[in-house]
Amino acid sequence: MKRRVLVKSLGMIAAGALLASSALVPASADDKGPIKVGILHSLSGTMAISETVLKDTALMAIEEINAKGGVLGRKLEPVVIDPASNWPLFAEKARQLLAADKVAVVFGCWTSVSRKSVLPVFKELNGLLFYPVQYEGEELEKNVFYTGAAPNQQAIPAVEYLMSKAGGGAKRFVLLGTDYVYPRTTNKILRAFLHSKGVADAEIMEEYTPFGHSDYQTIVANIKKFASGGKTAVVSTINGDSNVPFYKELGNAGLKATEVPVVAFSVGEEELRGVDTKPLVGHLAAWNYFMSLKNPANTEFKKKWAAYAKAHAIANADKPLTNDPMEATYIGVNIWKQAVEKAKTTDVDKVIAAVGGQKFEAPSGFTAEMDAKNHHLHKPVFIGEVKADGQFNVVWKTPGPVRAQPWSPFIPGNDKKKDEPDTH
Amino acid sequence: MRMLRLLAGLMLLAMSAAPAMALDRGGIAQLTGGDPDEQRKALDAAAAQGDLSAIPFLRDLLADRVKLAGDAALIVDGDKVVDALDRTPAERPADAEDVSTSNSLRLAIEETIALLELASPDRALRLEAVKRLQNAEFDEPRLALLAKAEQKERDAGVRDTLRQMRALGELQSPDRALRLSAAQALRTTISGRVREALKTRLATEEDGELRVALTRSLRNVESSLAVGENLGVVFSGLSLGSILLLAALGLAITYGLMGVINMAHGEMMMIGAYATYVVQNLFRAHLPDYFQWYLAAAAPAAFIVAALVGVAIERTVIRFLYGRALETLLATWGVSLILMQAVRSLFGAQNVQVENPAWMSGRVFVTDNLELPYNRIVIIVFSVGVLLLVSYLLARTRLGLFVRAVTQNRGMARCVGVDSSRIDTMAFALGSGLAGLAGVALSQVGNVGPDLGQHYIVDSFMVVVLGGVGQLAGAVYAALGLGVAGKILENMSGAVLAEIALLIFIVVFIQKRPQGLFALGGRQAD
Repeated sequence: MKRRVLVKSLGMIAAGALLASSALVPASADDKGPIKVGILHSLSGTMAISETVLKDTALMAIEEINAKGGVLGRKLEPVVIDPASNWPLFAEKARQLLAADKVAVVFGCWTSVSRKSVLPVFKELNGLLFYPVQYEGEELEKNVFYTGAAPNQQAIPAVEYLMSKAGGGAKRFVLLGTDYVYPRTTNKILRAFLHSKGVADAEIMEEYTPFGHSDYQTIVANIKKFASGGKTAVVSTINGDSNVPFYKELGNAGLKATEVPVVAFSVGEEELRGVDTKPLVGHLAAWNYFMSLKNPANTEFKKKWAAYAKAHAIANADKPLTNDPMEATYIGVNIWKQAVEKAKTTDVDKVIAAVGGQKFEAPSGFTAEMDAKNHHLHKPVFIGEVKADGQFNVVWKTPGPVRAQPWSPFIPGNDKKKDEPDTH
Repeated sequence: MRMLRLLAGLMLLAMSAAPAMALDRGGIAQLTGGDPDEQRKALDAAAAQGDLSAIPFLRDLLADRVKLAGDAALIVDGDKVVDALDRTPAERPADAEDVSTSNSLRLAIEETIALLELASPDRALRLEAVKRLQNAEFDEPRLALLAKAEQKERDAGVRDTLRQMRALGELQSPDRALRLSAAQALRTTISGRVREALKTRLATEEDGELRVALTRSLRNVESSLAVGENLGVVFSGLSLGSILLLAALGLAITYGLMGVINMAHGEMMMIGAYATYVVQNLFRAHLPDYFQWYLAAAAPAAFIVAALVGVAIERTVIRFLYGRALETLLATWGVSLILMQAVRSLFGAQNVQVENPAWMSGRVFVTDNLELPYNRIVIIVFSVGVLLLVSYLLARTRLGLFVRAVTQNRGMARCVGVDSSRIDTMAFALGSGLAGLAGVALSQVGNVGPDLGQHYIVDSFMVVVLGGVGQLAGAVYAALGLGVAGKILENMSGAVLAEIALLIFIVVFIQKRPQGLFALGGRQAD
């Protein structure tokens, strides 16, 4: 009996040692081996047009970091996965990255719906996501860092500009968008903001079109009619390639940018590729970065991208373009790297604690700083006019970076929400 | 630096006793200095001086040809560089700074040019200038300029328009008599702006006689505006209908006559649009002088390419599936995926750029608030032409006769010696070629990308099913009906609701009348 116990306990110790060693050995190997980094952008389907370059930008940033010796003396190993513009697939692939590939961080998502669909996975498995696109706000998650603009870093400054003397002093506003969550939320915020500036409901026209809408005759005729009541500006949250028929129809109707300027939040350098820019010249876009910005950081960023695109034979490498979400991706990768170096580990909770307050000399020419609390970047806002060559002429900018307000004060009830993620 | 330049400019303005130049160095410095208030001041001064020689510089400013090099403003036009002040040749500067113009500055410049042109000796130019000023804001100095121009004006048409524009400003005047005459002068205008101005005034006006005058004018303006607005809705409906018709005509043959549920129909349109793109690029590269006419070559090219693809599909896939509707549906859907991916591999996933020829951009003036864009008119005419061609083909040619014969009674047609399998191929090629023509039209109004066809396939089936399977006339009525009804609904309830309402209507309609608007009667129906 005694012997049995002894044998049993010996066996258990042996087994325990084995388990411990099996747990320890790969762990110690992990500390020296490469750090896996997930990239979750659609490379096929409708969103491929916009997201493919973000994958390449992240790869470029990773290559650059590796060339300088990696992070904590370890190389970064990218794991690229294509969720194919399929929202449920985003969640599945995110789970695969976190659970099977055990990546330390994920850079990815474009549409709000894809971000919403991966959120539960990141919360459940305590992952870390860097999201690089301007969005509607109303979200603040411990596991996500937002490097794109919140509404007060894009939409509201743009409307303020339109109301200013330099922007034409618009008194009436058309809020025009594609029918889904981002335009609806943004327009809700803008309407409340316009009310606060004394614009009455009768001076606001709000219109939505289905995804992929291509016949803008009625809407443009109505805009023309609406514009006869006074100086009018259009705020467009039309998404994707519906923008082309919209601007064409504006040209058809003879509505020029000098009379009725349109400011768009989803039209950038990449979207203007393959578009006849004639009817767009003079119309506006609001972003936190434009390729045409003149500063040393941007010159270097453009040079790096051109060289990378050429070396990797990326589509359209003969005419390399940079845009705002690319800049946001680039900032995101670098800020994560700095945070890992500060935390001296890739442990998610410790990295999250270290990301706040990280600063990076961004291609926008300003220092992008991750807010200590609210997981959003402090970013400058630029307003540019479309030029015939598809680039933007910056006509207005904020004096410095603006702090993000993910909970817009223009939505009732938000004043009670905390400006930092829940910790439990 | 800017302050200095400004001071110098102001001094020069003060000293300019000899009005040799409309825009002296000071004025130019003010305009290019980047301060909106100063720019506005300089423009107002130029307008007040009324010197037409300021116009060329303003036009250069509009066209972004003005550059700053140190203190000198230069005009750089291609290889030619001249001084902005006296237009003497100048050296190309090493580091010229662009003068950036914003929308508000460009608008002010355009209005200033128009104000200056009011004094032009050319009547047409003056009339044009008045039209361009119709949406401008008028402050006191500008109103004075208008009054001056009106006094000098000899042409009755221009004078009336000027009077009406002045009346628009005077509507807010504290002088009752002025307001009254303004309200009466505005009676015959056709302008949305006047309508809004009258409404605003009416809301605050207390004087009884004035209220009557305002109401009367408002009623007149509104009724003349309504004509244009309603015509505009009908026109946009016709335009949408003509696009639907083009998209559905090919399907009316492949599905309507042959009974093939062709899910790859949309991709045939996409191929037609890409053929247009290729022809456009060929013209740009090899025949730049004839670029304006590339569409004339693109239409037959698109027809032929799409028809050939159609032949290939019919010979390799559909031929084996006649009479098995579900299987053709799945097989052609597969074909559509293959075609889309093939185009993606060939041309890339991004949309390609198809440019409108210059003669298609522009508008026909109908009434003051209704101008019809050329490209829409061209598409309506084009679809009528295609429709005539198809109905001629089907009704008057031997091929048409055979197609109809095979559709109505395949066995009997074969008995009398019709090679029915060849006719199937020809008919399918015709349907596909028509889809290719639709692609040419679509490339002029929308995006050209690999998934272009996906947006139109549902609409095409809707038109054919609603019109009645097997009927061209049905497709015509259905397309125009859907187009006009859709636009009227959209006007009332917005684009999203209009789409839902139309779909519900079609579902209910098909429930009540499964054979569609027009049904084949009697024996043919079997």
